Formats: sequence, C-alpha cells, structure tokens
Amino acid sequence: MEKDFTLIVFSENHVGVLQRITTIFTRRGINIESITVSQSELRDVHRYNIVVTETEERIQKVVKQIEKQIEVLRAWYYPKEKILYQEIALYKMSVDAVKNGVSLEDIVKENNARILTVESDFIVIEKTGHKEETQALYEQLQPHGLLEFVRSGRVALMNSQKQFKDYLKAPELGKRISEEAVREYRYK
Amino acid sequence: METATKKKNKIDSATVSGSKALIMALIEEGVNTIFGYPGGAIMPVYDALFDYQDQIHHILTRHEQGAIHAAQGFARAKGIPGVVFATSGPGATNLITGLADAMIDSTPLVCITGQVASPLLGTDAFQETDVVGISMPVTKWNHQVTRAEEIPDALAKSFYVAKSGRPGPVLLDITKDAQIESCTYQYTPCKEVRSYHPIPSLDDEMVNQAAELINNAKRPYVLFGQGVILSHAEEELKEFIEKTGIPAAWTILGLSALSSDHPLNVGMLGMHGNYGPNLLSDEADVVIAIGMRFDDRVTGKVSEYIKQAKVIHLEIDPSEIDKIIKADVPVLGDAKTSLRALIEKVKPNQHPKWLQRFKDCYELEYEKVIKEELYPSTDLISMGEVIRLISEKTDGNSIVVTDVGQHQMVACRYARFLKSKSNITSGGLGTMGFCLPAAIGAKFGAPDRLVIAVIGDGGFQMTLQELGTIFQTKVDVKILILNNQYLGMVRQWQQLFFDKRYSATEMINPDFQTIARGYGIESIKVEERDNLDKAVDDFLNHKGSYLLEVIVGKENNVFPMVPSGAPVAEIRLE
Ligand SMILES: Cc1ncc(C[n+]2csc(CCOP(=O)(O)OP(=O)(O)O)c2C)c(N)n1
Ligand SMILES: [Mg+2]
Repeated sequence: MEKDFTLIVFSENHVGVLQRITTIFTRRGINIESITVSQSELRDVHRYNIVVTETEERIQKVVKQIEKQIEVLRAWYYPKEKILYQEIALYKMSVDAVKNGVSLEDIVKENNARILTVESDFIVIEKTGHKEETQALYEQLQPHGLLEFVRSGRVALMNSQKQFKDYLKAPELGKRISEEAVREYRYK
Repeated sequence: METATKKKNKIDSATVSGSKALIMALIEEGVNTIFGYPGGAIMPVYDALFDYQDQIHHILTRHEQGAIHAAQGFARAKGIPGVVFATSGPGATNLITGLADAMIDSTPLVCITGQVASPLLGTDAFQETDVVGISMPVTKWNHQVTRAEEIPDALAKSFYVAKSGRPGPVLLDITKDAQIESCTYQYTPCKEVRSYHPIPSLDDEMVNQAAELINNAKRPYVLFGQGVILSHAEEELKEFIEKTGIPAAWTILGLSALSSDHPLNVGMLGMHGNYGPNLLSDEADVVIAIGMRFDDRVTGKVSEYIKQAKVIHLEIDPSEIDKIIKADVPVLGDAKTSLRALIEKVKPNQHPKWLQRFKDCYELEYEKVIKEELYPSTDLISMGEVIRLISEKTDGNSIVVTDVGQHQMVACRYARFLKSKSNITSGGLGTMGFCLPAAIGAKFGAPDRLVIAVIGDGGFQMTLQELGTIFQTKVDVKILILNNQYLGMVRQWQQLFFDKRYSATEMINPDFQTIARGYGIESIKVEERDNLDKAVDDFLNHKGSYLLEVIVGKENNVFPMVPSGAPVAEIRLE
C-alpha cells in the first residue's frame, strides 16, 4: 500500500550529491513530492527532507541505495506519525479583494495565519502548517484574487529525543557510523 | 654544483604541475599500466606522462570504449583497479558503456578525463560535456577537480573508493587549468572516508543463525557469484562446501572461483545454465547465496523463485539484501570473513542423496543436450566442440574472455577452469564488443597466462578496431571467432518466440582473415571438422596473436533455456 513517507538524509555538503540522490528515484520512476535541503545541526553536514508517496517495500530499497552513495552519511525513512513537520505557504492577494468587502483579516485569523506585509496594491499572507491546512487556506483565498501562491517543501524532525550525532561514534562527527546504528537500521 | 642539483630535485618533488602530481600519485598507487586515448583537454597529462614512460606503460587503444574495456579485463585478471585516460567531450562520452558495464559487474576502475578549463565550464566550450553529470548513475563515485592542489587527495580517494567494499568504477574529471597550474605535491593514501562504510562488520548472531539453518538442512544449496573472487574467498568457499557437503552452483561472474572438476561443483545457474542447478533450486530447503545478487537471468520469474527455501545471503553491499529475494538470514560482511566464521560453526556433513539428484539431472542433460553439443552427429561444427577442444588442450588453465551472445553461453557452459579469475565476461550489462579489448587488457594484467578471446561474428565487428592495439603493442591474444553468420542469440529468440521472423539478424560478413592480415595477425578459417583439431593446435601454440575463425552451424541453438520471465522450473532441454 502506498503511503506518505519522509526520508531524512544526512550527507556531505558536496557538489553533485543531490543529483546522486535524485537519480535513485528517477531510475525507479518515483515522483518526489517535495525536497528541501539545508544545513543540519552539524555545521558541515547537510540534511535532506524528501517526501514521496510509495510502498514501504520500495522505499526501503531506495533508502538503502541512497545510503550506499559514498557521500551520504545516513538515510532513514519515516511515516507521518514518526515525525514532526511543517510546510510554509505564502499567498499574494490583490488589495481589490479588500475593496470588494472581503475580510482578509477574518480569514487570516480563522486559519491561524498571519499577514506578512501590506503594500499599496497587494497583501502577502503567510501560513505554516501541514499541506491540508495550507491547501484549505488556498481554497478560501482563491476566489478573491490570489495573485501568487507558493508552498515550501516539508521540513521534518524525528519525533524522539535521538539526534543524528547519536548514530556517530565520536561527538565531533565521528569517523564512522557506529556499528549498532548500522545494525539497528539494516536488520530492522 | 651538488647543492644545485639537490635543490632542483627538491623543487621537482615539492612544486609540480597538476599533471605531474597526477602521474606521481598514480605511481604511488602502484599503477604501471594505463589504457587511454589523448585529446586537447588531457594533453598536459599526456605531456607529463612522457617523462615517466619507464615506469608507466600507456597502451594507446583505438577507441576510448576499447580503453575502458581493456582496463576492465586488466582489473578482472589481476584483481587491482584498471586505469583509463580520456579527453573531454567525445573521449569521455565514449567511456560511458564501459562505466555502466564496470558498475553493474563491480569492476574497480579509476578513469581520468580531461575537462575544459574551469572558466569555460558551463559555456558550451569546445568539447565540453557535463561528464560528472552523465557518468553519475554509472559510477560508484565521481568528482570534478578544478585546482591542481586537490589532485593528489582526489586520486587517493578514487583508488580507495574503487577498490574497497563492493568495488566499482570511479571517474575523476580534471579541468585543463588544474592540470597546468602548479601545486605542492604531497601524497597520502586514503584509508577512510567518513561517510563511507565499505565493509559492514560481521554480526555473530547472524552467523549463528546461518550455521543453525545449515546444520539442520536436508537439501542445502550454495549459489555463488563474483563476490567470492572479489574478496579472495576461493579457498574458504571450497572449505565451506567440503566440510558441509553442500552442492554449489555459480553465476557466470562466479565462474572459475571453484574448480570445474570439484565434485561439489554442480554447474551453472540461469537462463542457459545447467538443468539440475535450475530445476533443483525449487527443492532446496536452505539456499546459501554467497556474493551474488539474484539477477533476473538467474532467478527467472522472481515470485516463483526458491519460495520454499530459507535464504541465507552473504553479501557485502547492504542494498543487495532483500532487493530481489528476501533474506531470512542476512550475513553482511566480506565473503572471506563471513565464510571463515561460518566454517567454524557448521558441522561436518554429507548429502549424498541430494547430490545424486544433481548427478541424475546432469545425466539427463548430457543425453539430451551436452553430448550432441560436444560431439555433434551432424557435419556442422558446433560451438561446444570448439570450446571442448580448447579446454582439453589447455587443461583448463587459460583465461577465457567472452563477448555476448550464444558463444558466450556456450563458452561459460563448457569451458573448464582450474584457476580463479579465469573467466572474464560482460555479465550484468551484456555488452557486445567487450571481449576483444577486455582480452587485450587481461593479457597485460596476467602476462604469464594464455588469453583466449571467444567472440561472435557480430560482437567482433563492434570493437575490431582494437586489432590495431594488438598490432602496435604486439600483445599476445588468441582470437576465436565462432561465426554463425547471425546475431545468433537474437535469432534464437526470434526462432523460438517470434515465429522464425528473422528481422535484422542475418550478418553478411566481410572476410575476417583479410582484416586480420591488415593488422599483421596470422589467421586460419575452419569450415570442416577434419581441419578443426589441427587448427586449434596451431591457434594455441602460435607465438603471438592469432585469429581462428570457425564456421559453425548457422541455426544452432543454446539449450537448456529458461524462457524469459518463466519460472526456472520451466527450463527447456529442447
Ligand atoms: C551493444 C549491444 N547491442 C545489442 C545487444 C543485443 N544482443 C545480444 S546477443 C546479440 C547477438 C550477438 O551476435 P554474435 O556476436 O554474432 O554472437 P552469437 O550470439 O551469434 O554467438 C545481440 C545483438 C547487446 N547485447 N549489446
Ligand atoms: Mg553470431
């Protein structure tokens, strides 16, 4: 059964690693729904969040092939329940909406969003949440002159006290991944 | 005067051009043979090489594909990484087939490509190609170097990655300005990369579980692949099966890891493998897969394959575990170490009845297929009888390099091998044109061994320009063309599965002897059985390269055969 999975990948910050990772999806014809890359809690380690809808069996194989890449430190996959995550969406509205009597303020309040900026001819609204939430706001604003809309990829944290460093031998990003971590992941 | 020379030497070894640093680093890695082809973007490297001709033998092939296949043959015969030089753009793109081949067959290579100068990157400069981009899916690792000072470390990492863990091809793309620029030379071999874990450490618990399964098995069965050769575990494999009495079958990349004469060697797996090894895989209760990856040519219909068996998978690459066949007991680690640990834990045993089943299957296969192939009753010469003659006359001591097609399957089925690293073939990719250059490379890698290239009339014409490499280097390769005037393997499928509609498989061939003559290679063509025996003697005993063309049955087929996508139990003997 296909499910929403978030892959969390830690890699070196080198040119080309992103392509190495994405070709693994391309080969299997898997569509990446969103991808975000940033620095992690460790200054020189990059962190990827990749969202896909797939069967667990296929995702397991993909994750192993990602981890096989020389410059990838670790890769995991999680179902939604095992992570804390957010996406951010920005909505640019024409001031005409307000002129036409729509109360953007009410909509913003109801949706737990906020107004980012008000310019002479447009207003930008910002909403952080899960996709269903940012999408609901989109549906509400769309009829009132939505000029531009953008949603970020998912950023996710593991829903436990563990941190990436726990999977490394030395505190200062150890030379190698600890044996237990390898085993825990590989034999699970 | 003396101090002046000293000073000069010191400067030489300390501040050098990127190109010179590259050559010096290659020498420190023990490289003495390079296969390559020059061009604009790699000229500084070739210029630096000029001063080191006494230490590095550069073999100028006739095409970059030839260079990389030769490096593969070298690596497979010698067990160390093959090294390739090529220029940017077309030189580099000509390497792609070889990279893909080396990637899927886990062959260690270090390929150095020249690249346009770094300020020109991304501008569609003359002979610029995004080589790192296009080679990414077919390299274990690749990297572009734009500064001379990075060269020694990048090269060190390339060698480490290429040969450690599950080996594979690495490509280093070096911009022309980095080749010319000076740098301070200092070389430290690479011993680890923090993000890379080449050999998973052995889990005793898994070894115990595996031993337990093996000790209680009624019909255990070993399937081994190239992992045995790559981890130098030939002795351990032999000891393991001898102690436990388990019959062992091989993939074509595992061929020669266990002597053909060994009583527990039950033969070849896969589409054109032996009857028993395929059929009886459905009866085994415990399958021990060693350094093999369950290619679809081996498994046939995967959902039906070894369903009944508990599977123990000895494997170095975690991504192979459960990729095709679910492992009940994954034993991650280097095959040599894993087998050593298993040998300690398994009980001495014998399985005479089970082994007899393989022998019975062999008898049946012998009557229905093998006898006629090795000793044909018709006038037409068969591929099998040629291979049999060669094996008899060389006592199974030669290196046999094969191309792709019917002749490959026949050679793998019938050639006898007593030594490891003796069978070199393009298995995973099935690259026609692989054989001739790979045989050249194999001879450079194993100069004391007889190297026989077994090629089809089709595949020979894919890389026959490498006869020029033979001419120039005088390397001794025995070339056997098994000429059926067809793209035989494709024709066989057309006959069996496409109603004999021979679409684009007939070959109107040139005179191969005339071609050989142009390259100064002596040759003989055999059309009748009466002339075959002596021709094979002449072929094998000739000093230097020799071409033997044998006209074989045009419409002969290779059997047994598991039809594509069918369960292995549906193996057909005719
Ligand atoms: C580069 C490449 N192109 C096409 C194929 C498909 N193919 C597989 S076997 C074969 C026929 C090979 O003919 P030949 O070399 O004469 O060998 P034979 O089968 O007749 O022994 C072909 C075309 C291939 N394996 N490699
Ligand atoms: Mg042919």
